[in-house]
Amino acid sequence: MTSAAPLLTVGGLNAWYGEGHALHGVDLEVFSGETVTLLGRNGVGKTTTLRAIMGLIRKRTGRIAFDGKDLMRLPLHRTAHQGIGFVPEERGIFATLTVDENLLLPPVVAEGGMSVEEIFDLFPNLKERRNSPGTRLSGGEQQMLAIARMLRTGVKMLLLDEPTEGLAPVIVQRIGALLATLKKRGMTILLVEQNFRFASRVADRFYLMEHGKVVAGFPVGELPDRMTQLHEVLGV
Amino acid sequence: MTMIFGIPVQAFLGQLLVGLINGSFYAMLSLGLAVIFGLLRVINFAHGAQYMLGAFVGYLLLTHLGIGYWPALILAPLIVGVFGIVIERLALSRLYELDPLYGLLFTFGLALVLEGIFRYYYGVSGNPYAVPPLLAGGTNLGFMLLPNYRGWVVVASLIVCFGTWALIEKTRLGSYLRAATENPRLVQAFGVNVPLLLTLTYGLGSALAGLAGILAAPIYQVSPLMGSDLIIVVFAVVVVGGMGSILGAIVTGYMLGLAEGLTKVFYPEASNLVVFVIMAIVLLVRPAGLFGRDA
Ligand SMILES: Nc1ncnc2c1ncn2[C@@H]1O[C@H](COP(=O)(O)OP(=O)(O)O)[C@@H](O)[C@H]1O
Ligand SMILES: [Mg+2]
Repeated sequence: MTSAAPLLTVGGLNAWYGEGHALHGVDLEVFSGETVTLLGRNGVGKTTTLRAIMGLIRKRTGRIAFDGKDLMRLPLHRTAHQGIGFVPEERGIFATLTVDENLLLPPVVAEGGMSVEEIFDLFPNLKERRNSPGTRLSGGEQQMLAIARMLRTGVKMLLLDEPTEGLAPVIVQRIGALLATLKKRGMTILLVEQNFRFASRVADRFYLMEHGKVVAGFPVGELPDRMTQLHEVLGV
Repeated sequence: MTMIFGIPVQAFLGQLLVGLINGSFYAMLSLGLAVIFGLLRVINFAHGAQYMLGAFVGYLLLTHLGIGYWPALILAPLIVGVFGIVIERLALSRLYELDPLYGLLFTFGLALVLEGIFRYYYGVSGNPYAVPPLLAGGTNLGFMLLPNYRGWVVVASLIVCFGTWALIEKTRLGSYLRAATENPRLVQAFGVNVPLLLTLTYGLGSALAGLAGILAAPIYQVSPLMGSDLIIVVFAVVVVGGMGSILGAIVTGYMLGLAEGLTKVFYPEASNLVVFVIMAIVLLVRPAGLFGRDA
């Protein structure tokens, strides 16, 4: 799996909200085809890391390279075109757009994305409700839509911010199955997750964050040995 | 003679038509304001000046280059639109990060400058612009004589309003606009060039004002102050309709034009006031406007 160079490399990443210093040198790597999970308590900077990679936070220093390209210099709307899709924590479904329009909103950035038919096969609920306003969907359906609309675009990598947050167990299971399907299709995923049990089922590797930094990284096989540390840091 | 509410039908319908014409301009102008405000969060005080600019472009094309009404109907909005694009790139786009007051003050200043320039060269008296020969004369509707040009203005404004509404509600570009109105950063993170979208939107809003201006030229006189006279009423229309609602801007524009016309029939002294009276009532009862979403 860890062949050649990483698809995404983040090195010494610092980020600020105004004067507030939120990231203090984040280092991480994600290889092509991997699912990597960022763990950490509330407020340690997981969301900020994803937003800084995307370019949503402009006050940042350090190194972000994707597929050999330097992302630090790109304007916000060019990042997605390198092949990264963003699924925000708050889902970002548009109320004034129908389900269809939400699905078709993100521009296609590369060949190899799914067709609308394939997406509707994967998400039959969305097809039934394609003409309703996006925010009329249930929380689970909105999360599905937030992921689904990225699958059309042909991106190589997804940044998923707490996709299971606040959802019923049966929906969490469906999202787990979805991530497994995407992984089989070769999608690279950087996942932020508080649901530790969910994360341990879908991830190949973990990074643990504390105080705006990555403090540990380990593969899923080391999970049993790491439980004491995780209990301490995460309080799970 | 047939009477309606004790008033000759002819006079009644005549005033209603005047109201409908005024309403057509209110609708087109408040629509442009709503489109601009929705996405840019800028209250475009230069809208009246851009309307005046549209009329003057038509007038100058005719007097200097001999270019008539029909080509001007395309050229005037195009030129005013490009002017808007340049203004947005050079100045407005630098103000988005600041307090919205800066955008308002800038466009207000721009309006004063534009009006000042045209006043300097053309004075305050109006310049006539002839009705194009194709639309000269009138049509007898049996109960009244409808000047053809006025009928055309009503039809044209309906087409413009419906076209703009359809562009925003029914097309892919429109879904970008609506999404960017809700959450511009996220739309940009998806790979849409939102800064370009803002520029084009300001250009579109300006072009709508320019189109209203050239349509108005044969009805009202072409004068440097034609915009500032109108824009005050249009802002009242926007307040009544509610900021940012496309359909609300259109419907309220026609409604208030008609209300003005009706008042002229029954109580002429109040016809200039009625829009503001309605505005005051709406502000008391429903501050977000008839079509506005409550905050
Ligand atoms: N919009 C914001 N403005 C200012 N500070 C913020 C903002 N968002 C997050 N922060 C701060 O940045 C730090 C990291 O937050 P975040 O990345 O959201 O954490 P996590 O996703 O790990 O829960 C926190 O201290 C939080 O208070
Ligand atoms: Mg978070």
